[in-house]
Amino acid sequence: MKRNILSLFIVFSISLFTISCSKDDTDKQNVNETANLELVTILINNNHKVEIYNSNGQLNNGYNEIFVRIKDNAGTYINNASLEWNPVMHMMSMSHSCPYSAITRVLGTQTLYSGYIIFQMAGNESEYWELTINYTIGGKNFSVQGRINVSQSEKRTLNVFTGTDGVKYILAMIEPAVPKVAVNTMTAVLYKMESMSAFTVADNFRIKIDPRMPGMNNHTSPNNKALTQSNTGGVYKGALSLTMTGYWKINLQLEDAQGNLLKGEPVTETNESSSIWFEIEF
Amino acid sequence: MKYLLLVLTSLLTGMTELMGQHAEHKDSIANQQLKEVVVIGQLSTNKAKTMRVLSSLDNYLDESVSIDMVKRGAYAWEPMLNGMTTERSVITIDGMRIYGACTDKMDPVTSYVDITNLSQAKISHGQAGAASGATIAGSIDFMRKKSGFDKEPLAGNIFTGLESSNMQKITGASIHHSANRFFSDLDFIYRDAGNYKTGGGEEVPWSQFTKYNLSATTGYKLDSSRHIETSLIFDKATNVGYPALPMDVSLAQALIASLSYYYHPVKSIISEWETKIYYNTVKHIMDDSKRPDVPIRMDMPGWTKTTGFYSKINGRFGRHSWNTGVSAHINSSLAEMTMFSDTPGEKDMFMLTWPDVNTVYGNLFVEDRLQWSAAWYSEFSGGLGFQRNTVRSEFGLSSLRIFYPAMDKGKNRFLPAWSFSINRKTISWLHTLRIGYGERAPSVSEGYGFYLFNSANRFDYIGNPFLENERSLEAGLSSNYRSSRLTVKMQANYFHILDYIIGRVDAEFAPMTIGAQGVKVYEQLSAADILSLGLEANYRLGEMFEANTGFSYKFGRSKQGDKLPMMQPFSYLLGVIFRKQTFTAEANVQGSAAYADYSPAFGETPAAAYYTVNASLGKSFSFSGQRLRLKTGVENLLDRNYTTFADWNRIPRMGRNIFVNVIYSF
Repeated sequence: MKRNILSLFIVFSISLFTISCSKDDTDKQNVNETANLELVTILINNNHKVEIYNSNGQLNNGYNEIFVRIKDNAGTYINNASLEWNPVMHMMSMSHSCPYSAITRVLGTQTLYSGYIIFQMAGNESEYWELTINYTIGGKNFSVQGRINVSQSEKRTLNVFTGTDGVKYILAMIEPAVPKVAVNTMTAVLYKMESMSAFTVADNFRIKIDPRMPGMNNHTSPNNKALTQSNTGGVYKGALSLTMTGYWKINLQLEDAQGNLLKGEPVTETNESSSIWFEIEF
Repeated sequence: MKYLLLVLTSLLTGMTELMGQHAEHKDSIANQQLKEVVVIGQLSTNKAKTMRVLSSLDNYLDESVSIDMVKRGAYAWEPMLNGMTTERSVITIDGMRIYGACTDKMDPVTSYVDITNLSQAKISHGQAGAASGATIAGSIDFMRKKSGFDKEPLAGNIFTGLESSNMQKITGASIHHSANRFFSDLDFIYRDAGNYKTGGGEEVPWSQFTKYNLSATTGYKLDSSRHIETSLIFDKATNVGYPALPMDVSLAQALIASLSYYYHPVKSIISEWETKIYYNTVKHIMDDSKRPDVPIRMDMPGWTKTTGFYSKINGRFGRHSWNTGVSAHINSSLAEMTMFSDTPGEKDMFMLTWPDVNTVYGNLFVEDRLQWSAAWYSEFSGGLGFQRNTVRSEFGLSSLRIFYPAMDKGKNRFLPAWSFSINRKTISWLHTLRIGYGERAPSVSEGYGFYLFNSANRFDYIGNPFLENERSLEAGLSSNYRSSRLTVKMQANYFHILDYIIGRVDAEFAPMTIGAQGVKVYEQLSAADILSLGLEANYRLGEMFEANTGFSYKFGRSKQGDKLPMMQPFSYLLGVIFRKQTFTAEANVQGSAAYADYSPAFGETPAAAYYTVNASLGKSFSFSGQRLRLKTGVENLLDRNYTTFADWNRIPRMGRNIFVNVIYSF
């Protein structure tokens, strides 16, 4: 009896220890994986809570890098899900989607999934974005859906326009997220709008940039490089020189592979700015 | 050109005299000043050339034929030596290196001292000045005023002055104590001026200034062959207007401190061994808050800090008089610009105009004078400097890398210098023929400046960290004559400068400053030539009359034949002095030929010929060891409205100015 009690105690202690350890591990892991992120919202269905994160807790029109984590009702974060998403804008008279990437596991994490969505516009009282996430865990399909709040970004980081070729384009700036007085790496994504719900990456274009400070008599900087793709389907990358802090307007011109100007105008003495542009203030 | 011929002829005459000179003057009485000296602020005596005893240091320097002053207003003129601005010369105060903290040259080193601190400025041409640091044009070393041991136990003075054109009020005092083992000097000067008026009476707005300067020196004798000295200068200028510039200065402040150790053994090959450590810090705040109408409001503060030392020994050994020295200093220069947007809520625009540039400089120097015969001697000097510049601010480095992606954080340079001269000295003549070679590093602005606006040619300047050393081959010729009646000093200095650093338009770059017409980047001309000529003469006519005269001329061309900017046209001074006991009367005419040889490529405009007439009266009263000196006079008596080649943006100079100086000494 005495021995049994002792063995029971030992088993109990070990299991307690093990449980507490694993619980600690999970907690640590979860804390670590979203430590630098802010919670945007949580979408809920009967089985799971789907947490949506990004860098500042707020979604804006333009390019948004988004992180997702799924928690089951027992409080455990799922590490083996495969996800798909679909954002839809419900307008008064119609609804449409927007460009977005696939959503995949963030390298080096257990429970965090990420992708980007380029919201074409901000939501308001009567017109709103709804995000649907379909996911599979261990062969079982689940879906969660909810309204998400997309605000108007303070500075312009998105251009939606029709080119001279009659195609509707969506051009969104990704970097510099933290601009510096330096030669900054500038990246952007360019999509063609095929239909209300189909968007494809526009390949082999060239995005010319002309940074200007309207407050400084349209001062511009040297050694800027137009944005181009290094691989099909990839982001556009170039170099943006900012000679001082303050408000910058990055005037843009979009050229196709043949060098035909599809949208935007050069900045000259008489033309202060292009019809497509980004804004940076720091 | 005919003036040039005139001066050259005079020089040739001097040379002819040299050839005809017989060796009969064996005497080597030191009746000649080897180096050129500007006497400053001898308040109780009459040695200085300037009429206005209490005038600024700048005025004193302006009297020298070797120095022209670039004027951006009534305050802090920039001295140009041999036609070259301050990047090409070394200006030191008692051997100490000080860096101005203004990116727009509104605070040359000379603006942080005053006449109460200084006794004289020693001017050395070309590589003869290389002991103070790497230079092209030469050096100006200001020597501190100090009483020394075993002088008057207690002396001093109190002075005041008033000038009518800008209602400048000058007040100050100094007190000197001297004993067998100890001396101390303390002085103070205060200047406060309003806007000055041009000839014709028009007021020049933003030409006011206020300045305080306080300084102290002490000396303590450790034993018969060793003593120590300390020196401290505090200078503060506030509310300084710069009519030629778009901005003024709310504060320009410097603290200059040093500790020296002197060793002068009695019987030794060493005559004197001086070692000094020093520290100085400068703060300069540009400000446009008083200007009613500017395209954009901005603040532009700048700071420099310099720590250094030197140790130099001089002595005699047989027919050799030699001196050798080692010196080093570390400087950091930082300047910022913040512009405030007119659009409410928009963020401030900030940049580093000097990216915290660290300069480390070290120098070894030897000089030897060899007396070949009673009259002939040669002088050789040689030095090697090392300079390392480092951009310490990451912000500044990435800013500059916008222009120079491959730029390194640091750059090392070696700066050699040598010169050789042959001299012939007799009772009445001293002839010197000098050749030399030297290199200099680019200045902080030339190497690392970021959008520095030049309001004269309206270009923004970008520094270039890839500049090579500027190199100069030079030749100098001087002849001094002295007899009981006549003194004549003639000099010609010629510089053939290779890799001449100058800003050139780069049309690829867009200006930053609102209203600027473009960007200039510092580049190097393959070669440029500068000739600087000066002649001074003084003739005593009987006991009471003295006539003096001075002429100067500078000439500069690039290898391609383009004119170099800021080259003084033929300028002259003709004066007479009458002295009878304690009474003096003085009159002179100062003038210049037209500045017709200007450089439009560098944004220069011509300036008309002019002359001004100046006159003064002085009287001294002595009573029981005390002395009262009164001086009054008028400058620009005819109230001419004129501007010179060195007036920034051709702002007219001061019109008629009546001054009164009262100095009481005990």
